[in-house]
Amino acid sequence: MDLELLVGIFPQVLLDGILLGFMYALIALGYTMVYGVLEFINFAHSEIFIVGAFVGVEILLGLKSAGVLDSVPWVLVLLLILVAGMLASGVLAVSVERIAYRPLRHAPRLIPLISAIGVSFFLQDAIRLFESIWRNAFNLVYPTLDVLNHRYDLTATVDVPLKSLVVIVAALLMLWGLWALVNRTKIGTAIRAVAEDQAAASLMGINVNRIISLTFLIGGAMGGAAGVLFGVQYGLINPYTGFIPGLKAFTAAVLGGIGNIPGAMVGGLVLGLLEAFAASYLSLLTGGAFGAEYKDIFAFSALILILIFRPKGLLGEVVRERA
Amino acid sequence: MVVLALDGLEVYYGEIHALKRVALEVQSGEIVALLGNNGAGKTTTLKTISGLLAPRQGTVSFETRPLTGVPPHEVVARGIAHVPEGRRIFNRLTVRENLLMGAYLRRDAGIADDLERVFALFPRLQERITQVAGTLSGGEQQMLAIGRALMARPRLLLLDEPSMGLAPVLVEQIFATIAEVNRQGTTILLVEQNAAMALSIAHRGYVLETGTVVLSGTAAALGENAEVRRAYLGE
Ligand SMILES: Nc1ncnc2c1ncn2[C@@H]1O[C@H](COP(=O)(O)OP(=O)(O)OP(=O)(O)O)[C@@H](O)[C@H]1O
Ligand SMILES: [Mg+2]
Repeated sequence: MDLELLVGIFPQVLLDGILLGFMYALIALGYTMVYGVLEFINFAHSEIFIVGAFVGVEILLGLKSAGVLDSVPWVLVLLLILVAGMLASGVLAVSVERIAYRPLRHAPRLIPLISAIGVSFFLQDAIRLFESIWRNAFNLVYPTLDVLNHRYDLTATVDVPLKSLVVIVAALLMLWGLWALVNRTKIGTAIRAVAEDQAAASLMGINVNRIISLTFLIGGAMGGAAGVLFGVQYGLINPYTGFIPGLKAFTAAVLGGIGNIPGAMVGGLVLGLLEAFAASYLSLLTGGAFGAEYKDIFAFSALILILIFRPKGLLGEVVRERA
Repeated sequence: MVVLALDGLEVYYGEIHALKRVALEVQSGEIVALLGNNGAGKTTTLKTISGLLAPRQGTVSFETRPLTGVPPHEVVARGIAHVPEGRRIFNRLTVRENLLMGAYLRRDAGIADDLERVFALFPRLQERITQVAGTLSGGEQQMLAIGRALMARPRLLLLDEPSMGLAPVLVEQIFATIAEVNRQGTTILLVEQNAAMALSIAHRGYVLETGTVVLSGTAAALGENAEVRRAYLGE
């Protein structure tokens, strides 16, 4: 075993893990916030996430074909696609709740879950249909902004592209903003009150349906932001790209303690790091017996172990004390 | 002046007929006690007033305007606060956050003054202002539930069994506070199984039996009624 190599790649792997972790964390927030107020898994969230990525790529391609992509400052371009992606995914999430979940609010638990799976398939194929008519394409590639690929040397062996820094900074800002909103504002307190006891919250004068819509809006917007950042970071998307990261983000939410907002962040980071380290080190440490393709098996085995010892997740608590 | 009037209420849970032709009135400035055994329909009556339940027939009106079919969050805006059965404070919010949720709809500058007023009534709450509500004792939780409702500045306060699960000393204290809140100008509809305590502070009362009002009168008259003494005062 080459110890020098193991140590040498460590910072790069750590960086990859953090990047992936923030991505999962942002997506996981959508699952966890909705679960917090409704005790319901919004399986369509993976598509709400990828819609953000599609809105981003469409704007970039539009700017490119108009020939202005390189003349607009890159910070503005990024802000534009982030805000647009967040808006689109947020509004989509609110509409999905309104149309497909709210009428089933008092139905047995499995019914809205099935509705969510249906919405998930519907959105995948709707995106596919739209893109095949509009661009006659299945895979779309994010146009590169040259500045974003500029690499900064951290050490002799590690360098980091600007886009990764952008992703980390944007994710941190959004996680902080959400934390402050939920814990430091009146409307955030109302969200927590509705999560705990809807009837009691309504007796305070809180319009419960409006708070539920707001929860979908925020969770969807975070997912949309994650979609845009995903596109910027990894480049290639198709209508089914959202599914796997969505599933992993859901796992991250459970790992952190579903319904718990800081838990989603912690769970996302832990899963991202596990995956990155497994991808880089498994083959090195096992002399090639297990390649990088076993990363998911490794990451999920670790998850199962954690959940055996902490069934409510790392920061888990009982989501609702009474009905 | 009549502030709250219920008339001909028929309320169902699915097939279960919980309230039958219930009618009652509360005058401005009164404490009215609503008595009855387990399952008589007391909680159902309060929930129908605050909009958590919709009557199949009958009307609720408050200060001359109809209240039937108004959703709970708008009932609060009309000036009615409901302290529900079992307190239902927000366990994971702090004492302060619970109280501020009580004032959720208010935009006026008087919120800080009303916090002080609640702390004057319940000094214990002030000592625990940053504590998470789920860690309060049962008595403190009841104080918080009442304080939270007062933060809405209600003209009518609905109280569902404020004495439930409390030690006798604390019951005395809570009832003294309820009487004090009433003296400060809030009209009160009080649901209680502890009939003796309720009648000691109420002006008038109604007795519910299996969803029907069977008796009503002044607190003094009810306290002397042989049927009430046998069934609710344990004689
Ligand atoms: N959610 C519900 N579903 C079905 N039936 C209910 C429900 N809530 C109450 N009931 C029934 O309605 C009737 C009246 O109940 P309610 O809770 O109003 O009684 P109560 O007078 O408040 O009793 P307690 O003193 O025990 O609180 C009871 O027969 C009860 O079983
Ligand atoms: Mg009751």
